[in-house]
Amino acid sequence: MAERLIVREDMVLGFPRHITFRHDDARDRWVILAPERLLLPDDTAVAILQRLDGSRAVAHIVDLLAEEFNAPRQDIAADVVAMLQDLADKGMVTP
Amino acid sequence: MNAIPLKVEAPVALLAELTHRCPMRCLYCSNPLELERSASELDTATWIDVIDQAAQIGVLQIHFSGGEPTVRKDLTQLVEASTRAGLYSNLITSAVLLDKDRIKELADAGLSHAQISFQDVDERGEVIGGLPGAHKKKLEAAALLLESGIALTSNAIVTRHNIDRVQEMLDMAVALGARRVEVANVQYYGWALKNRAALIPTPEQMDRCTQVVAAAREKLKGILVIDYVIPDYYAKHPKSCMGGWAKRFLNVTPSGRVVPCHAAESIVGLNFQTVKEARLADIWYNSDAFTRYRGTAWMPEPCASCDRKEIDWGGCRCQAMALVGDAGQADPACELSPFHDRVRAMAEAEARDGVDEFHYRQFQ
Repeated sequence: MAERLIVREDMVLGFPRHITFRHDDARDRWVILAPERLLLPDDTAVAILQRLDGSRAVAHIVDLLAEEFNAPRQDIAADVVAMLQDLADKGMVTP
Repeated sequence: MNAIPLKVEAPVALLAELTHRCPMRCLYCSNPLELERSASELDTATWIDVIDQAAQIGVLQIHFSGGEPTVRKDLTQLVEASTRAGLYSNLITSAVLLDKDRIKELADAGLSHAQISFQDVDERGEVIGGLPGAHKKKLEAAALLLESGIALTSNAIVTRHNIDRVQEMLDMAVALGARRVEVANVQYYGWALKNRAALIPTPEQMDRCTQVVAAAREKLKGILVIDYVIPDYYAKHPKSCMGGWAKRFLNVTPSGRVVPCHAAESIVGLNFQTVKEARLADIWYNSDAFTRYRGTAWMPEPCASCDRKEIDWGGCRCQAMALVGDAGQADPACELSPFHDRVRAMAEAEARDGVDEFHYRQFQ
C-alpha cells in the first residue's frame, strides 16, 4: 500500500501529470487544476509553486524565496514545507 | 429601479456529453429517460469548435462524458483538441470498452485524468450496471490506465445494495492505485429517479456510511483523497448544485443542446439553444435557460431571506422540478422547504420497503 509522503527540505518535488498549475489568462490569476477541483493559490503559494520545477530541491526553493523576499530562512522554510505538505496530502505534488 | 447589475462570471468547466450510447444499462444513470440517438450526435468538427469556443470564454476543465464517451471513435481527436486549447481533460467512463491501444492513444493525446465508475467490489455490482462481465473489464482498464501514467479516480457508486461495503470499496480503490475516490451516493435524476425506490439507502445505512468515510479520511490521509456525496434527501441543507445555476458549469448534450446541467432538460418551460444556432458565449450570457435561475433575484421564500442563499444557491432546480413540480421553488432537500418532511418521509419509506423493481436504462 502507498504511504503518506512527508515533505522534507532535501526532496525534489513536482506536479504529477494529473495536476496542472497554470495562468488563467481570462481571469488574470494562477490556478491549480485537479480532478473535479479548481484551486486558487494565494500569492505566497504562487511564488512557491512557480519555483517548483521538478529539479530544484525544496531547500533550494526556500533559499531563493528567503533571498528574494529578504525574510528569515527559518520562517520561509516552515511556510514552504507546510504548504507543500498540504498539497502532497491532496496528491497534488509528488517526488 | 434599484437592481444591482449582476456580474456574470465566465464558466470554468464544460461537461461534454459526447453520446448517449453506452454498453452499460445502469439503474442510476443520470441521463434523461429520453435518450438522444446516434444519428443526432454532433460531428467531430463541431465538437472541436465547441472546445475552442469554451476555452476562449474562460473554461479551464473539460469532462468527457455520455453515455459512454469511448463509444465515439473520435474521442482521441477531441482530447487532442482540448490539450491544444489548454484545457484540463477528464474522462468519465465505465471503462468497459478501453483496451491498451486506446488508452495509449488517449495518454498520447494529453488526457489529464480518468474516472472509472465501480458498482461494487465484485460481480455483485453487475445487477446495478446491467452488463455481465463489466467488473473484471473495469479492473483491467484501471490497471492499464495507471500503467500509461494517467491518474485515476475510482467513482464508487453507492446504493442500498452496496452501502454496507463502502469500506471494501475504499480498500479496492487503494489496491487499484487510485489516488482519489468519490464515494458517490446516487443522485436521483433521470433513470436514477425512476429507480429511486430500488436504490435509496435507509438513513441508518447512511449514518454508518458517513462514519466509515470519516474514519477512512483520517486513516488514509495523504494516500487517498475521499470525496463524499450523500443523497441529499437526508441532508439538512441542499447541495450547492453545480455551484449555482449557470455560475460555473455548462453542459453540451450529444445533439449539441447547451444546458446548465445534465438534468436541466427535465425542467418544463425552459428554452434551450444548440451550438448550431448560437455561439457558446451568447448562450452562456444571454439565453433564457442560463439566465432564468442565475444569481438570487429569482428566489422565492424561504431562499430570498436566507443567509445561505449565496452558499447553496437554492439547491437544485431540477430536484425542485421533480419533487415539487416547480423549478422556481426551494429545493425540497432543504429543511426549510415546506415540502422537506414529505420528501424525506417518502425516501425513508421507499428505503424501508426495499422493493427491488429495476428499470434498466434503454433507448425508448
